[in-house]
Amino acid sequence: MTDLGSYETAYDKFDWQLARKELGYEDGSPLNIGYYCTDRNCERGLGDTVALIWEDSSGDVRRYTFNDLRIHSNAYASLLADLKIASGERVCIFMDRVPDLYFSFLGILKLGAIAVPLFSAFGEDSLLTRMENSGAAAIFTTRKHVKKVRKIRDRLPQLKHIVVVDGDGMALKEREHAFNVETAPKVESFDVYPATADTPSVLHYTSGTTGQPKGALHVHGSIFQQHLTTKWVLDLKPGDVYWCTADPGWVTGTSYGIIGPWSLGITQVVLEVGFFPARWYGAIENFGVTVWYSAPTAIRLLMREGEATVKKFDLSSLRHICSVGEPLNPEAVIWSEKVYGLPFHDTWWQTETGSIMISNFPGMKIKPGSMGKPFPGVTAAVLGPDYNPVLEPGKAGVLALKPPWPSMFRTYWNNPSTYEAKFKNGWYITGDRARIDKEGYFWFVGRDDDVINTGGHLVSPFEVESALLEHEAVAESAAIGKPDPVNMEVVKAFVALKPGHEPSHDLELNIINFIRKHLSPLAMPQEIEFVKSLPKTRSGKIMRRLLRAQETGEEIGDISTLEDD
Amino acid sequence: MAMKDVIVDYVKDEYLEEGDETEIDENTPLISGGIVDSFSMVSLKMFLERKYKISIPDEKATTEAFDTVASIMKLVKEYAPDAE
Repeated sequence: MTDLGSYETAYDKFDWQLARKELGYEDGSPLNIGYYCTDRNCERGLGDTVALIWEDSSGDVRRYTFNDLRIHSNAYASLLADLKIASGERVCIFMDRVPDLYFSFLGILKLGAIAVPLFSAFGEDSLLTRMENSGAAAIFTTRKHVKKVRKIRDRLPQLKHIVVVDGDGMALKEREHAFNVETAPKVESFDVYPATADTPSVLHYTSGTTGQPKGALHVHGSIFQQHLTTKWVLDLKPGDVYWCTADPGWVTGTSYGIIGPWSLGITQVVLEVGFFPARWYGAIENFGVTVWYSAPTAIRLLMREGEATVKKFDLSSLRHICSVGEPLNPEAVIWSEKVYGLPFHDTWWQTETGSIMISNFPGMKIKPGSMGKPFPGVTAAVLGPDYNPVLEPGKAGVLALKPPWPSMFRTYWNNPSTYEAKFKNGWYITGDRARIDKEGYFWFVGRDDDVINTGGHLVSPFEVESALLEHEAVAESAAIGKPDPVNMEVVKAFVALKPGHEPSHDLELNIINFIRKHLSPLAMPQEIEFVKSLPKTRSGKIMRRLLRAQETGEEIGDISTLEDD
Repeated sequence: MAMKDVIVDYVKDEYLEEGDETEIDENTPLISGGIVDSFSMVSLKMFLERKYKISIPDEKATTEAFDTVASIMKLVKEYAPDAE
């Protein structure tokens, strides 16, 4: 029996007060995610329970209990206090999936500062944009990644401290500190910041069609929804061993790779290594993973790897598997049922929503390819052009959510007008298009804008185009999402060259690597088409829709209407 | 230049930060060791295809096949048997 029970009953009777009760929260008392993920578990008698099983890239394993998590996060909080970082200041985390990432994240929250996790593969431009916008006062990083920080530090006057968490013995520059949580004095007790449900906690950057990345600001009250969705959708129970494959540089990696599971006192597995089928299956077997939360791109690559590899491992510990990031194709659901004996349960949510909003619940009939149904307490609808709900089943429209919900973002950092523009007629507009069938299941139709979804990560065409223009040979550029069987979409760029430059394979590779280094491997075009010029509207805007239609063979009709956009 | 040196030089030039003195030999784990991330594999594959005038099918371009210079050489030689 799942914790949710009957979906219909749970949905009809639901009140968010239940989420507070489930967490053991009493109204009026402080609410700090750092405390609920560490100290509270120790107070509940889980101090000796393993919180984190970490396998490094060479295969060595370390285990940390909830008491270790408490003491190490205290050490990070205490270090920040010593560095005079105040509550509300932004502290970035820029490292691979190593234990210090998790300890420092919780330490930042315990101090009352705002954690800004940054994907470790970011290039210097992506790093600079986010650090500049957030006005970060400090950054935690490692020897491997401090080189990128050093390249941009002089352009960040607000950055007071650069802490290298494995920096013992290295030559440090001004404003840099070495810290080692294992050898630092144990901090048995730390006065956790008395946050409330509305106190800012985490700033996650996401991409839109226009402008630079936007920092979605979350609050400590998000834990109510993260806790309950982890329990009801991911179905975590005491004794489970859970593995979320997402990197905490993205929201899934914090909401469901830190906060949700640890608020429940669950043992988590983290692998430093990226996608390696044998290492992944080996981890499930070796650690006895019971619940697995992954992404469609990885699942499709596992399908490509085939059943023979699956058969080499004992995966019988698995009892529930879920997916997030982009729509999971029906074939993947059917395949997983065949080879793992379990169907993947697709879940839908966004950086801005902070938690799962629509999903296939355990125990509920799965319609392969469907997003599922709204979480209890969540009102979701498909809106027409007038921003009113479309009542006719099967008709597509813009997917929208009725605010508020506990884990809803509270603003875009330093960008309130863009935040306000996300709300129309009392609805939060998600940017996705969907339809609802007669039985109330939601189905993803596509994006309502030009944002590219590659491997579950959103990439802004504007950001790619801007970076392309920094290349010495590029005169004009456009970026679109090209359909891809594994990643859903990959970035394709159209480039018009400056006089004196000729198209060549070498130049294509040079431009591709230029974007990889400046932005990130995710934003890197996987194909460049050299063109004489780019199609534009009368007002000079690049017609990405036309380029996309040409790419997919889609009928675009009369382009004169586009020219007037 | 020998294929091994071509690949080592390319990895050093393109994937290591300036001043990074990490030694790379035939058996250094590139992807599992965090030197090349799996998304960046695409540009490495593209480089190899152009350099050796071959086409590596996507299903062969796995993280395992690209994890060391030795495994990359083995893959390239499947499609360019005469390459040294």
